[in-house]
Amino acid sequence: MTATDARRRRRLAIGLALATLVLLVAGLAAGSDGWSLPDLARTWAGPDGALIVGQIRAPRTLGAWLTGALLGLAGAIAQGLFRNPLADPYLLGSASGASLGVVLLLAASASGGHAIGLATADTLARIGLVGAAFGGALLGVLLTLTLARGAQQTTRLLLAGVVVGVMLAAASDLVTSAVPEALRGKQAFLLGSTGYLGWGSCAALAVGLALTLPPSWRLARALDALTLGADTATSLGVALPKVRVALVGAIALATGLAVSQAGLIAFVGLVAPHLVRRFAPARNGFALLASAAAGGTLLLLADVLARSLIAPREVPVGVLTALLGGGYLVWLLHRRRVA
Amino acid sequence: MSGLRVEGVSVALGSTQALREISLAFAPGWTAIVGPNGAGKSTLLRVLAGLQPVDAGIVRFDGQPLAAMRPRERSMRIAWLAQQGEASGELTVREVVHLGRLARLGLFTAPGAADEARVDAAMQEAECDAWQQRRLHGLSGGERQRVLLARALAVDAPWLLLDEPTTHLDPPHQVALVRLVRRQVNAGTTVVSVLHDLSLALLADTLVVMQQGRIRAQGARDDPQLHAALSEVFDGAIRIERFGARWIVIPHVEP
Repeated sequence: MTATDARRRRRLAIGLALATLVLLVAGLAAGSDGWSLPDLARTWAGPDGALIVGQIRAPRTLGAWLTGALLGLAGAIAQGLFRNPLADPYLLGSASGASLGVVLLLAASASGGHAIGLATADTLARIGLVGAAFGGALLGVLLTLTLARGAQQTTRLLLAGVVVGVMLAAASDLVTSAVPEALRGKQAFLLGSTGYLGWGSCAALAVGLALTLPPSWRLARALDALTLGADTATSLGVALPKVRVALVGAIALATGLAVSQAGLIAFVGLVAPHLVRRFAPARNGFALLASAAAGGTLLLLADVLARSLIAPREVPVGVLTALLGGGYLVWLLHRRRVA
Repeated sequence: MSGLRVEGVSVALGSTQALREISLAFAPGWTAIVGPNGAGKSTLLRVLAGLQPVDAGIVRFDGQPLAAMRPRERSMRIAWLAQQGEASGELTVREVVHLGRLARLGLFTAPGAADEARVDAAMQEAECDAWQQRRLHGLSGGERQRVLLARALAVDAPWLLLDEPTTHLDPPHQVALVRLVRRQVNAGTTVVSVLHDLSLALLADTLVVMQQGRIRAQGARDDPQLHAALSEVFDGAIRIERFGARWIVIPHVEP
């Protein structure tokens, strides 16, 4: 690592930490009247201060960061594992799988007369959502890997991911055609929202991050070896099949948890690792940690903007990330064309 | 029975029979594998590295089946350099060479002073220490090849398998590579390399001539029968001439 690299990494780490701190405060201050620090002080001192700040804004803000961190981490793992800068949790079919799992649960609950959705506060129902999303994510990944006959061929994997994504989305549409009562819940889900994140969600997301980040970081050297090709990594003693299973499992768990709590939030998993590589190119160990932090910061920024832009109304955060992320990619393409 | 030994190995790659019942043992020193395109040279080297499963036969290392060895155990004994050096990601030259130590350290052990010393030595050997802080994707083909060679040397294995190590190298660095191989052999390493440049291959101690997945000849570089086999597998398109103490191969073109 050169002195310049070290300096850039330090700057990125400090920048992300500062941005997170500022955005955490902004998240606490963003209410129905927009974004205002004096308003935060007034709200806190008011009769419902503890409820509004402590039970609504704080878990939403923290939950947004954790959801973004899981997506950023999943994206960084996918890009390292498949050696493809376009890989993200959506590539593997994990997001569409998680979405189908949740839609199936919504439809089943609506048919049974106990409609649940992202807004459901009941712990059992939230656990059900997590389970359905994780199961769906795993199913999506397995389908993609089966169709691609493993993860060795990147092009085949990308194509399989697209096919599985389309098929699972169609299956999800079929379910809502059969059970229209599930359509509303599904709509909220597809738009992506951080508005329903409570302390329970935060706990689930934090546990998910604790279960996926340290093991993935420990396997970062295998991702480094993979940059020289699968054969070279194998010749260096890396047990690739085991590493692949562990990292694909981490992607499925991280995506499943994020989707189950906040719905489909596009582009964070793709853009966060890109930004990290752009500002501070590094080995995968640093890239995984920084991508998680960048994903958290990005989604937190999007959440604050979603709450403030047209207050008292909100822009669905998934729509905002899609616009921002899509815009970033268009800018990247334009820059490359110009270059 | 020490070292690598191939017994009746056959390998099919899709509908192509890449290797056909090959049996082979390697003498200490430097062995060069030569033959026309599609002869199965790289497949044989991948089989020797434990990277290519075989359809029939067995590969043994020190008498034990290679396939039964633990991946790390195998990687500490056999270092392998790929023909087309893939390189993605953002690693610096030093970080790439450091990957050679993975074989000994595994994924979870931090490198120590001995590992750093070995990385330094490998970079000096392959003459790439001057740009150790540059990123691999920013190097020319020849520079990258030297870095990947240093990565293979950093493994510090008693067996070194090199698939087309002279690819992208200019003549001075091809000569440097031959000297490097000689130093490795003198230090006790057994080197097996696939080479397209037959004049360079005829600097090796032993040559293995392959054609259509079979071994056509194996022998010392001065062996006339080996020269005849070599000329035959290339359809008489080459001439092997003595040039001082060494052999050179020239294309057999009618004026």
